[in-house]
Amino acid sequence: MGKTIAEKIFDSHQVDAPYPGTTVLRLDAVFCHEITTPTAITDLMARGKDRVFDPAKVKAVIDHVSPAKDSKTAEQGKVLRDWAHRHDIKDFFDIGRNGVCHAIFPEQGFVRPGYTIIMGDSHTCTHGAFGAFAAGVGTTDLEVGILKGVCAFKPPKTMKFELVGKLPEGVYAKDIILFLIGKIGVNGATNMIMEFTGPVIDAMGMDSRMTVCNMAIEAGATCGICNPDATTVDYLWPFIKMDFASKKDALAAYAAIASDSDAQYEKVCKFDLSSLEPMATFDYRPDNVKPVRELAGATVDQVYIGSCTNGRIEDLRIAAAVLKGAKIHARVRGILSPATPQIYRQALDEGLIAIFMDAGFCVTNPTCGACLGMSNGVLAPKEVCASTTNRNFYGRMGKGGMVHLMSPATAAATALAGCITNSVLYKGGK
Amino acid sequence: MKTFGGKVLFLDRADINTDEIIPAKYLTEITKEAMKPHLLEDLKLEGFDRRRDIAGKRVVVTRENFGCGSSREHAPWAFEVNDITAVIAPSFARIFRQNMYNCGMLALELPAATIEHLFKAYAGKETTMSIDVTGGAIRVETAGVSETIQFSLQGFDAALVQAGGWLEYADSNY
Repeated sequence: MGKTIAEKIFDSHQVDAPYPGTTVLRLDAVFCHEITTPTAITDLMARGKDRVFDPAKVKAVIDHVSPAKDSKTAEQGKVLRDWAHRHDIKDFFDIGRNGVCHAIFPEQGFVRPGYTIIMGDSHTCTHGAFGAFAAGVGTTDLEVGILKGVCAFKPPKTMKFELVGKLPEGVYAKDIILFLIGKIGVNGATNMIMEFTGPVIDAMGMDSRMTVCNMAIEAGATCGICNPDATTVDYLWPFIKMDFASKKDALAAYAAIASDSDAQYEKVCKFDLSSLEPMATFDYRPDNVKPVRELAGATVDQVYIGSCTNGRIEDLRIAAAVLKGAKIHARVRGILSPATPQIYRQALDEGLIAIFMDAGFCVTNPTCGACLGMSNGVLAPKEVCASTTNRNFYGRMGKGGMVHLMSPATAAATALAGCITNSVLYKGGK
Repeated sequence: MKTFGGKVLFLDRADINTDEIIPAKYLTEITKEAMKPHLLEDLKLEGFDRRRDIAGKRVVVTRENFGCGSSREHAPWAFEVNDITAVIAPSFARIFRQNMYNCGMLALELPAATIEHLFKAYAGKETTMSIDVTGGAIRVETAGVSETIQFSLQGFDAALVQAGGWLEYADSNY
């Protein structure tokens, strides 16, 4: 009987199975940021166990509130910074080099097919785009990961999503994942892995695959995952060319960990996306999803483009194509936060930043900031934000505020119109 | 091992998320104690007033998929510093559930029908639960009425509760 990619990763990383239904895995990487890691660090220090299992496998970034906005966030950054220096963690990204964790770590080549990764952040599921098993965990799991390099999971059950057809114009990865969450609900994949396959995924670049996997947690999934292919190899090639004689060799090695054609799934769902429309959320649940058409005309106060979901170069190109030569609505505040310095630099070089600025956007440094109502674009009570982020919970971007989740294209068109709008109306700019 | 049981807080809604349990803006706090006044601050639920309803409670009974959303362990901590060490529901979000057991606390799953019965029979009344973890029994009581509900805490979950949490368990095993 064949195996899924997740089962193969579990098989090759299992160090213990202490009880039925519990598998302890060896970790290839532990990612850390300044919100959930400092409490782990101070607890380890208090226990006299201020150690790191392998400094080369621990990566850290200050991203959630950067630059620090007050004494408390400055202290969180300091605890992480001092710890990284104390333990000689070479891959530590401080201000000037820092970006949103789920954008900068893949960009640095830290995520590889077949890896096991944890982080104290629920959107760690993003990294499954590379064929890794990557899961968000709490601070205690993170603490044990830092100390011992292991983490416990239930054996992997996988839901397969076979996505076929050709996406219509103006429809992107974000629309797909919103559509799927709307179909299965916020509890639809709890304790399961969402494996995304089919021609639609095959045709996607890594940025789009990350967008899809990023929101698997919004359906309750442990991880989103895509099987590694030539696109994965191309993206990773600068980092893996010392390990393989050729891209063909790399592809063959990664093919061995991909799901077998006769693998067993908990459930298989097939969707033809040829007539999918741009989607957006309403109200306060990520599974409250409607076609943009049905929400069209709803006014917004702020448009936010950025985050671990949609702050990558592909997203900026798509939004800039809509904005080019136009001005955002006078009533709307536009905020762009490129997810990493490299993306920011590339956007500058490609002239994208100029397009955003000419349109009237404020361009911030890379940070998670506004997405979780921390900084750089917090909403006032009763304000509405059209956002390319991942969560629309009540109060998420600021107490009493409301968030409509959507694609960068829809967000850009919404910024121009001042109300929720299909980007196809702005094809080629105005 | 922590102690479990006492007065019950009923939260009658599915999919209560971590941002409702403890808003992100409090994640900049370094101590668990700082979470105490903010538990369930953004929960909009008819009939629920956190200023009135949280004090003195030790157990939460709620609906499906409790704790969905963020990975923040601040959610279990916010309960812990309010002396609530057990949450009972038909199902939990994975990370929240694991965080509870990792802290040596209880996230107990009971059949949806049992939870429905608890809401019908006890919600809105002053109710207490005595929880016997090793015996797998919950004694539920309100004025003049009482009953015992069985549950089973096994394997890894039981080991974590016995050890006092995952760090304690992992440190002695790996």
